[in-house]
Amino acid sequence: MSRKLTTTAQACSGCRLCQLVCALGHFDENNVKKAALGIRGSFPAPGRYQVRVCVQCGTCAEVCPVEAITRRDGVWVLDRELCTACGACISACPWGVMFTHPGTPQPIKCDACGDCVPYCPREVLRIAEEAEE
Amino acid sequence: MSDLMGYGGRVLRVDLSRGSHSVEPLDREMASQYLGGRGFVARILYAEVPKGADPLGPENRLVMAAGPLSGSFLPCSGKLHLGARSPATGGYGDANIGGHLAMELKHAGYDVLILEGTAAEPCYLVVDDDLVAIRDARDLWGEGSFGTETRLKDLLGEDFQIATIGPAGEKLVKFACITHDFGRQAGRAGIATVMGAKRLKAVAIRGTRGFPVADPSAVLATGKTMFQTIFGLPGFREWTPYGTAGITDWVNQVGAFPTRNFQTGFFEDHAAIGGKAIRDRILVLDKGCFACPIPCGKYCRIEVDGEEVFVEGPEYETVAMVGGNCGLGQIEAVAHVNAVMDDLGMDTISGGNVVAFALECAERGIIKPSDTGGRRLCFGDLDSVLWLTRCIAAREGIGDLLAEGVKAAAARLGGGSDRFAVHVKGLEVSGYEPRHAPAMALAYMTCDVGGHHNRAWAITYDVAVGRDRVEGKAARVIELQHLRPLFDMLGVCRFPWVEVEFPPETYADIFPAVTGVKRSWADLLRCSERVWNLTRMFWVRHVPDFGRVWDLPPARWTEEAIASGPTQGKLLPPATVALLLDDYYRLRGWDRHGIPTPTKLKELGLDYTLTGAG
Repeated sequence: MSRKLTTTAQACSGCRLCQLVCALGHFDENNVKKAALGIRGSFPAPGRYQVRVCVQCGTCAEVCPVEAITRRDGVWVLDRELCTACGACISACPWGVMFTHPGTPQPIKCDACGDCVPYCPREVLRIAEEAEE
Repeated sequence: MSDLMGYGGRVLRVDLSRGSHSVEPLDREMASQYLGGRGFVARILYAEVPKGADPLGPENRLVMAAGPLSGSFLPCSGKLHLGARSPATGGYGDANIGGHLAMELKHAGYDVLILEGTAAEPCYLVVDDDLVAIRDARDLWGEGSFGTETRLKDLLGEDFQIATIGPAGEKLVKFACITHDFGRQAGRAGIATVMGAKRLKAVAIRGTRGFPVADPSAVLATGKTMFQTIFGLPGFREWTPYGTAGITDWVNQVGAFPTRNFQTGFFEDHAAIGGKAIRDRILVLDKGCFACPIPCGKYCRIEVDGEEVFVEGPEYETVAMVGGNCGLGQIEAVAHVNAVMDDLGMDTISGGNVVAFALECAERGIIKPSDTGGRRLCFGDLDSVLWLTRCIAAREGIGDLLAEGVKAAAARLGGGSDRFAVHVKGLEVSGYEPRHAPAMALAYMTCDVGGHHNRAWAITYDVAVGRDRVEGKAARVIELQHLRPLFDMLGVCRFPWVEVEFPPETYADIFPAVTGVKRSWADLLRCSERVWNLTRMFWVRHVPDFGRVWDLPPARWTEEAIASGPTQGKLLPPATVALLLDDYYRLRGWDRHGIPTPTKLKELGLDYTLTGAG
């Protein structure tokens, strides 16, 4: 089984509630800048937000020199204790979704917990689970 | 990081004359008595703006303040309050803006930004956590709001939040607005005019530190409950698609839609410019502010001369003031003017009101063809509205006079034009025609920035309890004047309560989780009453003849009956005005001239205003 956070066809309104839930849940901090997903606005034209989420491709795990990123229950999870903050995964991530924050040396990676999903008022987020061969 | 929970804990003061800045700890007593946002703005302005200081001079302050709930995980916590001594009125002026500025300011560790002095050359301010820099903006001067925001984001990074003025602010148009997030505005009272006078083109903020909350787990749990409650309310799905403009039909049904410079309260083409027309014809995106589950921002696209033009809105006030009040009956035309005014950095409320005033002056021959280069101006004509808008922003020709607002323009134009200059205290009235709505009229008369609706949106009360009734209206207005501005002190939006019936007291429930301090809703309302009396004393301090005469409504409402529609024939008799004010002053503990009594001021801890000390 593989599990990942993904987006629906709905349009993001840019409210950043997902980031608030994410940071509070994972860091116990009210700080949207510590979220494991990103929102980028394209304004004034064409007028939309792009939600950037981890696709769970595992590239980060391949390049991690200390095997701090391992697969658990179908999700690539970063062990922040093992991580040496070398930054290899950040450069290697094809999607630019290994997030960084000046207050924490390790990158911030989505663990597909899904806590953000019910709080997206536009129903943009969902958890996708697929059986693997 | 601050140990004051719920706050960034610091005040950033920037002296633009000296090009210096300092960081001060947030005053705990001020936080306790004035909470934040509007409370901080009022307290700091009262303390720091010298009596009679020129609103456009270096002594005036432009204060921006977040609230204790701003930026937190709770509904609609994206609100920032801004204020100054208003160049439009000479009295207390403030405005409120959504988007992401309040969150960003607090994430950088500040609750308040105080701007003082006047820069020698155009500049912009960068606040990047602890880094504060004043930079050269000479090449941005003259740029529109959208262009400025785009260029600064390209230069600094997309994650900076920008507040900018447009050319109207640079030219000191008295109703210039600050724009942020490609479509959010701090529109009223000429706050952007003060920014222009300080030669400050923009403020760019990025914060990464976050701010401490007393109990993060409780914030998460209580916040989740609050959001789930909103998701379950019928208004969540019914109101959100149309946003504020969804009310356009109702306002016309009750004959309260400003039309052709408040000559009447019903616009025959209202259905073509309301919320449904926006959604059906021009909507691109439902765009929300920070932490907002009910995005009222209707991001739109129109075509102008074969080119795509984007604009956030029109929201209700623009529909009313640019649509009905200028007689524009097509949503594309309203959106077009909206886009032009936004880019020029001009408040669409005062802008629509001033343009409508000029159109009526032209139709009555007070503004002559010789004043307009032979151009014929009339209601309902998009070219007339656009031409006037651009003249005002550039202060060209007749626009220079109109840029002073309707009160000053009427005084110079003469010809009886003061009889249809629709303002209170020098601030143009916003989007409700209240001649047959005494509570709404009183709300406009006593609003602490002048003719603005949002301190006491009382028209629904008039309709509910009887529109001819005067009894009880003052009490309801006072109740609303404490309740609604309290949201501006907490740093949250009113719309979950106003529009989808979310219980406002719920914010008191999450207050201790954020701040570590338990405050009852009644206690918080008491803080709001304190601020209401303080802003009144700001007027007393700065305006020599301030009193009852400043609370009187525009002549049009008392002397001229509504011309057509459901409220045809109605007016607001002077005797009713007197009754409303007498009742209002008595209930507030003010004297018959409308000045707070020493007893009232002492009761609210405002003794310091009795000596005039800051």
